[in-house]
Amino acid sequence: MSHFLPSVTFGGRGAEVESSPVLTGDEVPESLTDEDVPWVVLVWNDPINLMSYVVFVLQKLFGYSTEKATQLMLDVHEKGRAVVSNGSREKAELDVFRLHEYGLWATMQKDL
Amino acid sequence: MKFGWRFRTKRNGSVEIRVADEERQLIAELIEQLRELVLSTSPEGSVDPSIRRLYPTAYVEDAEREHKYQRLMRDQLLERRLAHLDVVESTLQDEELSPEALIAWITSINDLRLVLGTHLDVSEDEEPTFADENDPKQQQRAIYDYLSHLLGELVDAANN
Repeated sequence: MSHFLPSVTFGGRGAEVESSPVLTGDEVPESLTDEDVPWVVLVWNDPINLMSYVVFVLQKLFGYSTEKATQLMLDVHEKGRAVVSNGSREKAELDVFRLHEYGLWATMQKDL
Repeated sequence: MKFGWRFRTKRNGSVEIRVADEERQLIAELIEQLRELVLSTSPEGSVDPSIRRLYPTAYVEDAEREHKYQRLMRDQLLERRLAHLDVVESTLQDEELSPEALIAWITSINDLRLVLGTHLDVSEDEEPTFADENDPKQQQRAIYDYLSHLLGELVDAANN
């Protein structure tokens, strides 16, 4: 049988893989802990995920209307990213995990 | 005979599928190869570049939390992936998919696209050209395009 997928290249001639963007935000005041501040979940534009797929995932995971999910997808596509949910750190982390289950490029950060 | 549809959503949410045997065979091979690939990298430590896209960064501003997230979640992501691959494998010859099986198909096909798309360095605009028709990437690109089409059909079916 033909082998269609790339082979494991670790330690060898691995292609450059795009890493997630690194953001430099302002420092958090020390009096505030991570649990006190709200967090936001961002989805980033990537050239692989289909637009219809992104809309589908946002609707399925967050129960958004077609209109809202489509607008968020367009924001991701046109502006490079969009905030798709927010809340406590724990909630944000769960949302990120669910998005990762669906292969979306999601990150979280403090909403300052 | 009715022509013109490959996936048809029923009232109970199940989806009838009419996909050629050759396609089912191709999907079976790809699923098996993806299983090998995701199992070939250790959950601990660095992720192989070929499947890096399957394990995105969560915390971009906090290396410590990111390390913890990857340590806790990578196994769960792997388990979920393998479970979905199992479902696809066991329903590959079926003529009807339950809503749960449909989700497994959708996520597994998308995982394949993520791996192939990363490998092919797919971009949003350009149509790739391959000078050498024996270039293995040409075949991979054809499969990637096929999977994109298939995923679109599956998502449409799930939305109905």
